[in-house]
Amino acid sequence: MSSGTLPASLIPAPPVVRPRLSRAAQIMRLGQWVALMTLAMALLLPMGVLLSRAFSNQAGQFVWLANFATYVTTPALFTAAWNSLWTSALTTALVIPLAFFYAFALTRSRIPAKGFFRAAMLIPVLAPSLLPALALITLFGNQGMLRGALFGQPLYGPVGVIMAQVFSCFPHAALILAVALGTSDGRLYEAAAALKAKPLRVFMTVTLPQARYGLVSAAIVVFTLVMTDFGIPKVIGGQFPVLATDVYKQVVGQLDFNMGAVVGIVLLLPAVAAFLIDRWAQRQREATMSGRAVSYQPKPNAARDGLCLLHCLVVAGVLLGLTGVAIWGSLITFWPYNLTLTTANYAFENFDPAGWGAVWNSVKLATLVAVIGAPAIFTIAWLLERGPQGGPIPGMLRLTAQLPLAIPGLVLGLAYILFFNHPANPLGYFYGGLVILVANCLVHFYTVGHLTAMTAIRQLDPEFESVGASLRVPVFVTFGRVTVPICLPAILDIAVYLFVNAMTTVSAVIFLYGPDTKLAAIAVVHMDEAGQGSAAAAMACTILAITAAVKLFHVAMGGVVNRATQAWRQR
Amino acid sequence: MLKRALLALAALTATSAMAEAQTRTRLMVYTALETEQLAPLKAAAEAAVPTIEIAWVRDSTGVITARAIAERANPRADVIWGLSAFSLLQMEAQEMLEPYTPRGAEALRPAMRSDRSPMTWTGMDAFVSAICFNTAVAAQRNLPRPSTWADLLNPAYRGQIVMPNPNSSGTGFLTIAGWVGAQGEARAWQYMTGLHENIQVYTHSGSAPCNNAARGEYAMGLSFDMRAVTLRNQGAPLEIIVPTDGVGYDLEATAIVRGTRNLEAAQRLADFAVSRPAMQLYGRWYALLALPGVESTVRGYPAEFEQRLVSQDIRAMANERERILREWASRFDGKSAPR
Amino acid sequence: MASGVVRAEAEAPTAPTAPPYLVIQQVAKSFGTFAALHRVSLTITQGEFVAFLGPSGCGKTTLLRAIAGLDPPTTGSITQGGRDITGLPPEMRDFGIVFQSYALFPNLSVAQNVGYGLRGGGWTRARVAERVAELLTTVGLPEQAQKYPAQLSGGQQQRVALARALANEPGLLLLDEPLSALDAIVRINLRQELRSLQRRLGVTTIMVTHDQEEAMSVSDRIVVMSQGRIEQVGTPEDIYRRPATPFVAGFVGRSAHFDAKIDTPANMLITPDGLRLEARGLAHLLYGARVEVFIRPEDVRIGPEALVMRHHQGVVTHVEFMGALSRVSVELGRLRLDADVPAGMVTALGAFVGSAIPVALPPEALMVFPTDV
Repeated sequence: MSSGTLPASLIPAPPVVRPRLSRAAQIMRLGQWVALMTLAMALLLPMGVLLSRAFSNQAGQFVWLANFATYVTTPALFTAAWNSLWTSALTTALVIPLAFFYAFALTRSRIPAKGFFRAAMLIPVLAPSLLPALALITLFGNQGMLRGALFGQPLYGPVGVIMAQVFSCFPHAALILAVALGTSDGRLYEAAAALKAKPLRVFMTVTLPQARYGLVSAAIVVFTLVMTDFGIPKVIGGQFPVLATDVYKQVVGQLDFNMGAVVGIVLLLPAVAAFLIDRWAQRQREATMSGRAVSYQPKPNAARDGLCLLHCLVVAGVLLGLTGVAIWGSLITFWPYNLTLTTANYAFENFDPAGWGAVWNSVKLATLVAVIGAPAIFTIAWLLERGPQGGPIPGMLRLTAQLPLAIPGLVLGLAYILFFNHPANPLGYFYGGLVILVANCLVHFYTVGHLTAMTAIRQLDPEFESVGASLRVPVFVTFGRVTVPICLPAILDIAVYLFVNAMTTVSAVIFLYGPDTKLAAIAVVHMDEAGQGSAAAAMACTILAITAAVKLFHVAMGGVVNRATQAWRQR
Repeated sequence: MLKRALLALAALTATSAMAEAQTRTRLMVYTALETEQLAPLKAAAEAAVPTIEIAWVRDSTGVITARAIAERANPRADVIWGLSAFSLLQMEAQEMLEPYTPRGAEALRPAMRSDRSPMTWTGMDAFVSAICFNTAVAAQRNLPRPSTWADLLNPAYRGQIVMPNPNSSGTGFLTIAGWVGAQGEARAWQYMTGLHENIQVYTHSGSAPCNNAARGEYAMGLSFDMRAVTLRNQGAPLEIIVPTDGVGYDLEATAIVRGTRNLEAAQRLADFAVSRPAMQLYGRWYALLALPGVESTVRGYPAEFEQRLVSQDIRAMANERERILREWASRFDGKSAPR
Repeated sequence: MASGVVRAEAEAPTAPTAPPYLVIQQVAKSFGTFAALHRVSLTITQGEFVAFLGPSGCGKTTLLRAIAGLDPPTTGSITQGGRDITGLPPEMRDFGIVFQSYALFPNLSVAQNVGYGLRGGGWTRARVAERVAELLTTVGLPEQAQKYPAQLSGGQQQRVALARALANEPGLLLLDEPLSALDAIVRINLRQELRSLQRRLGVTTIMVTHDQEEAMSVSDRIVVMSQGRIEQVGTPEDIYRRPATPFVAGFVGRSAHFDAKIDTPANMLITPDGLRLEARGLAHLLYGARVEVFIRPEDVRIGPEALVMRHHQGVVTHVEFMGALSRVSVELGRLRLDADVPAGMVTALGAFVGSAIPVALPPEALMVFPTDV
């Protein structure tokens, strides 16, 4: 035994330790490499190819910032940036309180039928974004049943855009806020009650601060969604220009890819800023969560519960009502001149050569995206969280995984054409087929799945792998026997999320489908463009029916899976 | 789970490869034709040229053009059949079209085929800008029926007209190209400035004005004739007005994509596209055909329809396109904010 | 640091008789610019129970994780049973570990948890079942094999974690704050069980703890750490009675603490208010040298007992009843001292709040450390 009796500095420096990675750690490091390379191939390189267009002219010569100079001297383009900003901000300001009180009612009150309200809130996620737009035209258009409600304001323009955006963004905000409020610490309420604080004061000093990072996250998600969405402004925006439609205008209208790339970069800026703020908020939140929090059990309170119920009924009523209007719209012969009900609109062969084939293509695509994506995303998140942490790879992988959230689907789709269709690209073989659509959807929707997986993995004891290693059990066995079974609900959530989004997306895939891979959501756009509004509504409702069925199956199967793999949660 | 997914993936790629291995040459054909025209055209072409099989990729003019140009480095389409001549001229400028004079193409109207030799594109039919006039709404709001472009300046129409934004829509460009061709550029700008007062909305999409007029959202939409015919057949109370003071037109045209791996089959399809049977088929939907002597079977067009077309130089317009659009944007797009 | 070990007896702790098992030499660990461990050296013999004791952030867990290979050290070397394991991954070492959280696999039953590492060649299903039953009996949970961890109490979970760590008969058992998540009474019972189990199995054991009572009650030797350095290594009694540094004197056990200077004659101290106190073993210190002085409450004498030695007149400021003992707080000028006396004696000693009382600080009880200047 020897505790240092000499000043340490006098002893020659001891050897530097070169830690050896175990075979398992080496394989995990390799896995991180493969994941990073794959994501780079599927995201960074295509985006790089696209963005390089912003610095060159039509002939392909490098022109420095000339395109940007043209951009800032075109006043109309500035108008679009301003419109994007203020509609995004206003939508956020409208959605957040609505979603907050909805989530509050679900988690902090004793209203009945919470299961129903939880299901109703998801409807907008399950439908293509054209569905609310079509329903709004039926209701508030110039021939609409409720057109007087807009006080003479035209629907086509910011009013319609914001109404449709509020509808489609609501569930995203409500989901995040329900989680934020659901995980709050009940002990603080006990303390507040002990101090005899008035309800309003408790709300202002306990409820709001506890949910503040949830609020920041929700606000940022909504803002980014509105900012990057192009479907709604295109259909219902009239002449109202926003950045997302400007990309469309530059690329599709004027065939100016270089300026399109410039607008794409401008569009990335607020999205990236929002993303950085969100990361900051995430870090704050991790620091505030305590492992000993007690879940909060609301006590009955007639006034609060009554208001909450009213709020939920109104919101759910609007969500269901708009959906109902869309379904009704899909059954009428010709709006508004022939309201006879018919199922003819569902004979898609009469409206689009792909017919029902488009629906099956979508189902096939969505299934592949879910089946490949959920395990892959989860495994990569695990490699990242529990694999070797040294070196630059984990950091780069983390950043890359978060980027897709900030990239509008249209921009990504365009990047895919330019990159994968390049003659020098060996992956060009997949172009035009299902594979490229699957890859594009996976990348486009990667981030949310990744964050879900990370959250699930972080809830596990960080020492599971260490225990396994001390028992000389390979880390992959621990992954298979412990990590995956515990996280199975999260993996299913990711799969369903991917399925639903692959079913409903338009912007990510509009440049990429081939003659045999036309998708249902694209058929909705085409039918709407061809003036077949009822058939478009019918196709949108078909998509909604499929996604809703999958979601219901998920809920039902969730019960079975829980009984099979989550029995240990019961005390 | 992953393994099974990979197997499924492999199976999928295998089946698509098998489809290509069939005896007929599969041609990837890009088009912006109306969806209901695709099936009859495919059937007729495959019957006339038994060695080919057509695989359509259909989208709106803008999307399909953007896609073709983005794919320039490694073209996927073999043939473009049914796309605006303006789009084809843009592609020609980027050396994307394979020169080939289809058999019998010399018989086409000179204004409706490529002026190069060998030709880079051949016309199919002309479609013209038109006014989709909702008679039900007009009756309700007491609006007179316009018969000329000049009539649209009537103050009674304030806020009743929609037209596509030419910066995002080919149809929009076609319409203003017609005004420039008929009135000369200076007077055309003057006209548009006056018309601007009556316009409710410049829509992003070219089909939206007529669709909106058909649904009664607006009294009239400026679009093209073909769209209006389709909607009226669905039961919309639309009258299709082809103004008598000169209308701009666009051609639907055919071209072979340079770099096609199936040049021989593509040429056979290009031959068919200018043949009399094909023209008769186009005549089911379009009023003016590229091959003289083929009668359109579409009803409702005025007899002297052909005379209403302005004399416009498509190539000159294509060259001026960028300048005109920029000018338009600076005059009207800046005011696009809601009124 | 760790400079003058003042008293001669602290220089010769009981030398380990068994051969060294774990030898840690010059081990340092830094995270970026922050040094969590400064060149630490330590030898642990076969079968020893050693506690790493220190406040949070002192580096004790860092050292444990370096030994386990979970976070390899930056420099230095570690040998276990003669094998250099410094850079080896945990899979290639020979240890079992129990974490503060236990890290039981929640979706596996108790039996599956305990048998988790029993796999590969030779471990037939029957042998595993036999070994699991044996281990569960060892830790006193033979009836709980089919339950899930969430259905067990904290103490039971701790035993399952221990059984799991011992399943492979590791040469080294590492315990990271194993008892800190438990209730006070369960802790006291469990730590004795832990000690007797360790004795029975003879497994070399290292336990990290911040609880000095726990460390003293179970360990053969204690390693006191502070700010990434080892302050002292010794038996519990060494640590308590003969602290090597002011940190140890202050951290281990209770003590009053004051500054003083060396006065004349030798071994005489003087406090800033002129109070003169006698000490032992300070002959090598020069007149005027500054020192820090510690004294434990049980060594302070008050009342009649103080009268028989050199004493001073103090004032009682507070009396705290603590069960068997009462703690009497007295003021000696500006010096505040505590004295522990049997509870029944408080009245007999005349220790009432506000009353004057004689106070004596026995010379052999003063722990004196020269102040580093």
